[in-house]
Amino acid sequence: MASYKPVVIPAVPKLGEKITQDTLYWRGYKTPVQIKEFGAINKIDFSPVPPYNYAVTASSRVHIYGRYSQEPIKTFSRFKDAAYCATYRDDGKLLVAGSEEGSIRLFDISGRAPLRQFDGHTKAVHVVGFLSDKYRIFSGGDDYSSSLWDIPSATEIVSYSEHSDYVRCGCASKLNGDVFITGSYDHTVKVFDARTKSSVMTIEHGHPVESVLLFPSGGLLVSAGRYVKVWDVLKGGQLLVSLKNHHKTVTCLCLNSSGQRLLSGSLDRHVKIYSTTSYKVVHSFNYATSILSLALSPEDETIIVGMTNGVLNVKHRKPEESKEKSQKKRQPAYRTYVKGRNYMPKQEDFFVSKPGRCIMRKYDKLLKSFQSSKALDAVLEPHIRLYTPEVTVAVMQELNRRGTLRSALAGRDEKQISLLLTFVTRRVIEPRFTPVLITVADMITDIYQPVVGQSALVDKQFLRLQEAIGREIDYQEELLEVLGMMDALFATLTEKRATYLEENKSNGLTKTLDQDISI
Amino acid sequence: MPCVQRAELRGGRAAVRFRSRKMVAPAALRVVRCGGRAMHGARAVFSVGARFLLCASGDFVKMYSVATEELVQLLRGHSDLVTGVQLAPHNRLQLYSSSLDGTIKLWDFTDGILIKTFTVGYQLLALYALPSSEDSVFVIIPKSGERDTFQLVSVKLTKAAGQDMEAKELSVVLEGVDASPKCTAFGREGEYVASVKDVNLQVYFFKQKQLNRFSLRATNKKGGNNVFTCVACHPQEDCIATGHADGKIRLWRNFNHKKEYTFSTLHWHHDKVLDLAFSLEGTSLLSGGVESVLVQWHCGSDCKRDFLPRLGSAIEYVSISSDGTFYCTSHTDNRITIINSNLRFSKTIQGLIKARDVKTGLVVDPRTKALVLNGEPGHLQFYCLQSDKQLYSLDIVQQEYIHQAGLNQSDLVRVAFSAQGKWLATVEEREETDLELQLKLWFFDEETQSFKLNTRISMPHEDHITAMCFRDTDEMEDDSLMLVTTGRDCVFKVWVILEDTDPEAQQSLSWSCDFVGSYHSYQATNCCFSEDGSLLAVSFEETVTVWDSSTWDLKCTFCHPPGKIRSICFGRLTCSKYLIGATDHGFLCCWNLLSCALEWSAHLNVVVLQPDPLSEHIAAVSWLFKESSLFVFKPNEARPICIQRKFCKERIQFAAFVPRDVPETIGSEKYLWLRRSQLFFLTDTQELMTVSTKSAQERLTLSSKQLAVEESLPVTPFSLLLGKHRHQQSQGDVDLGKIVHHHHEQDSPAVKELLHTPAHVLPSASFLCPIFINSLLVSKENKSTEETPDEVEMESEEAEDDSDEENSVTEMKQEDKMPLESLGETTHRLSKSEEKELRKIRKVDYSWISVF
Repeated sequence: MASYKPVVIPAVPKLGEKITQDTLYWRGYKTPVQIKEFGAINKIDFSPVPPYNYAVTASSRVHIYGRYSQEPIKTFSRFKDAAYCATYRDDGKLLVAGSEEGSIRLFDISGRAPLRQFDGHTKAVHVVGFLSDKYRIFSGGDDYSSSLWDIPSATEIVSYSEHSDYVRCGCASKLNGDVFITGSYDHTVKVFDARTKSSVMTIEHGHPVESVLLFPSGGLLVSAGRYVKVWDVLKGGQLLVSLKNHHKTVTCLCLNSSGQRLLSGSLDRHVKIYSTTSYKVVHSFNYATSILSLALSPEDETIIVGMTNGVLNVKHRKPEESKEKSQKKRQPAYRTYVKGRNYMPKQEDFFVSKPGRCIMRKYDKLLKSFQSSKALDAVLEPHIRLYTPEVTVAVMQELNRRGTLRSALAGRDEKQISLLLTFVTRRVIEPRFTPVLITVADMITDIYQPVVGQSALVDKQFLRLQEAIGREIDYQEELLEVLGMMDALFATLTEKRATYLEENKSNGLTKTLDQDISI
Repeated sequence: MPCVQRAELRGGRAAVRFRSRKMVAPAALRVVRCGGRAMHGARAVFSVGARFLLCASGDFVKMYSVATEELVQLLRGHSDLVTGVQLAPHNRLQLYSSSLDGTIKLWDFTDGILIKTFTVGYQLLALYALPSSEDSVFVIIPKSGERDTFQLVSVKLTKAAGQDMEAKELSVVLEGVDASPKCTAFGREGEYVASVKDVNLQVYFFKQKQLNRFSLRATNKKGGNNVFTCVACHPQEDCIATGHADGKIRLWRNFNHKKEYTFSTLHWHHDKVLDLAFSLEGTSLLSGGVESVLVQWHCGSDCKRDFLPRLGSAIEYVSISSDGTFYCTSHTDNRITIINSNLRFSKTIQGLIKARDVKTGLVVDPRTKALVLNGEPGHLQFYCLQSDKQLYSLDIVQQEYIHQAGLNQSDLVRVAFSAQGKWLATVEEREETDLELQLKLWFFDEETQSFKLNTRISMPHEDHITAMCFRDTDEMEDDSLMLVTTGRDCVFKVWVILEDTDPEAQQSLSWSCDFVGSYHSYQATNCCFSEDGSLLAVSFEETVTVWDSSTWDLKCTFCHPPGKIRSICFGRLTCSKYLIGATDHGFLCCWNLLSCALEWSAHLNVVVLQPDPLSEHIAAVSWLFKESSLFVFKPNEARPICIQRKFCKERIQFAAFVPRDVPETIGSEKYLWLRRSQLFFLTDTQELMTVSTKSAQERLTLSSKQLAVEESLPVTPFSLLLGKHRHQQSQGDVDLGKIVHHHHEQDSPAVKELLHTPAHVLPSASFLCPIFINSLLVSKENKSTEETPDEVEMESEEAEDDSDEENSVTEMKQEDKMPLESLGETTHRLSKSEEKELRKIRKVDYSWISVF
């Protein structure tokens, strides 16, 4: 003998993107804070020491912001023209910045005036940075040269003129205090060692290089131009992978705190996050305008994006939901759970089995006792009607199957009818609900036809329903037209393909298909 | 021969015809009915102590054990439908049964012995036996000369000795009663009898010889239907309960007065009340109806009632055991439910459910070899042919079934199993204003040993699904598995398993559509895979298309205008290059797939085309001049192997070959196709039939022998088990004349040797004992190990012949056999090669010893 079978709620496969751990992680940021700067933001750099202030280089100023401050807590504005690439030293005490006039200035974070000034570049210096030994600075300028400076004496140690175009990006190795890398618009990335007179490695990127990044291990090098390319430095600069996910030039790169994810910002207004194991995009952010600079605070607490229109977009991570709160809720003691469960029956005991209690939803209980009208009421409760409309529709279908839908729909007052009609109007155009709701709409119109005109509210709902259905019909017609056009197109296409097939076997076809996909 | 025991002869004229046919040609095929008849011929009766349940089933009375649901006894003897079963009032170990053949039989039901037969001479429609009436029973017979009028008569049963008696002393009690046994009931201690017909209730008091008639208006003001459907009398008070067609129950009191009678009404049922029964003390009233809910009304308090809902199908009869501990309901779908007195469901005795309409056809479950077809509404029944029992019922639709007339509910229409029975595909549909279709794929779960829903696809096709088949490759990998469905929406779809690589997904396997094929927008009607799975044949109205199953290219088309294709199938084994198709213009065509040409065609109106999965044979059933004929042929020759014209008067709907467990030995070459599998049919009256070469005589003697053996045994569950076991054994045996006991002893060489070897050459008894016991062990697992000792014995016998005079040598030999024996016992899982080697070693030993 069977027990009552609850109403089957048909599951619909979820469309759209799949929720992965990554999406959950990267979605865990608050709504962004926008800070307006004076010009395009070419560099954002986080202080490596708490409280993790960050330096923003825009126009002729370098602003230092606190983590949650909206206003700069400090400003360095001793630049005649645009400042570039303000970068912290490892200890967070010094800051270096290049400038349009070709001089490099070194600031103390606590002071205001520059501690040192390095002159030597004849043109703008777009990239400066500290080597990891803390006492030297490398720089790259628009005069095609890259130089190395001594901080204490403020003199140039060595200058390399190997690039044949502007040097616009660079970074220093964290492991070796002598090694730094520069990328240039001459399509190359060069690795320099301060101990030698020339570059030790040249990597052909293929496009003007906008950003370079060295992995903490020093083994992998990422360069960004039109595409993002990952190189194996230890294998002599072999290309590992080329990431072609942006459709405009990639301007900035950064790693997250764990080194597991690579972020790239591009002029196409997107920040994409790659896994560094599979090099697949795991998440992507969308911004209002083209992105020039990007920085991620330690522990991924903050993502800051600088854009061409001078807007600084700051996203803070949502605080972790404290688990203590839920634990505070007083729960029954453990012994209430185990009460009687650990009793071992003795040999002479007679075991009376108790049937397991099955928990039924309210509508199932009502359907079990054949109270169709009340069951329909139960599924028209707001939380079911709004959040799980499939339950409402499934119960309607079940009532229809039992032949009691008409009587369940009948005998309702103005408010209930309008509620029903609102539901039907809203959901009837969803394909998975359409067959059932059309029946329901039919029945409602049949039942309440005699009372049309008595209530303005209901009449309005009826008109809305008519409108919705009319619109849907129009859409369908349009879609059919499109389908017809596509059929015509496909018909011509298949003819061509047939001839094509005869000429080159299927291999050729798959190749062209691949190309199509990649484009 | 699985269904020998419970198969029945066809009733009436048809049976006679077959018997006469048999006399003419003894080896001819016979059509045998399987699955038993409906068990709701009459109210079931509990034996005293509620140990057994007796119920009428077709021409038989069946006795089931209440504790184990086993069939204990089959009382056969009536030649027509049994209509009444009643315990004899004065000897509770005896049983009266009445039948349409005009006899009342008295049985000793515990031993299954027919004691007496009383011939009444009229058709008996119901039987009532009362303790108050000494030596007479009441029966309902048709009134002679008038159609459709029946009368209740009492029959005096003579106590004279002798088996066959005439019972012609009839006295009419009531005229114009209803034929149904439910419409007449006897009151407290047999003082009165109440009978209902249409809207009239008549009560006859035996002592006063007074007849009171009460009548109701046919319909009342509220639109109720007052027609009586059943009646029951209170066992201790003067109270009659009547059931009505509109679901009301009326309790009549004070009916010994013509005018001052009163009645009260109980109303819960929304449809016909089909049966009523008072409990033992009359404190409660049980009622059942179409709703398939057993309702218990408590008579003391008015409205208090208990329910036992969802009993499966309409309740035909309700009966109560004599001690009141059990209730029993007989249902329309061939089932008896035993219920505890506290309305707790206890047991169910389930035969083959005869669904109103079998849409799924006959399908064989490859795993259990059970026959699978529509069962309860929305369920699939797995029916074991060997034991005539439902193995289990699989809920496919998974919706609450509302027992109400006129409702359009989902029904199961197509079923297909994959080759190993690992996957099951089902299609259910519900048609109201528009069609609701669901394709479900079930996975056999080894842990729970049942099918588990894997994928549910709603609306797989736009229109009805006409056919469905799995690709039947025997490979174990799942990726070769695919399912093809054909629909009236002019396409066929190919479904394959998709593996989800995401580890967080709930299930890794799911099905999805792989290919949609169509042919000139014709409706797809049939589909069939070739034996190796490389080709798919799909018929589109008049055309058969053949597709390559790896690339889905259309390979070739066949047609035989102007007929539409009714069914197609590929040849198997040696005939796998042929494709057979039947058209509805009466042609059977065989196309050669290698030459793409018509090989042969025959003019035959084939309704069912069924290939045997184990051989090349194909069975075709034709329907001509209101007779079904069976043709069995191999596709490579146009001449049928076996023709059985006019073997069934009913139209055959479906057929299925069920593989036999043990190949049958068949003498005649003509019937060799029956050797490995058995052919079952389902007629359009939902009767399950099979063809058999054995004559009825053989089968009857067999079963009577079995009964004879059982007569001397006390009926215990163990003895039943044993008896059944023996019975099954003897079924497999060729020589049916042998008594079971002997057959056992003789077939073992070990025992033979034991009996025939001179005593002085026999080894010690302690040595012989394990051999003897081993020879008696009958179990499949031990078969191989069993054979070993047997062979050993045989060989030793030979050796004895060689060296008959050398006693010492024999002794030695016996001794060296000992370790092997013990080996055979302890290491049951010796591989065959190892055994062979052992045997070789033994042979070497012999030579060495004889030289010595």
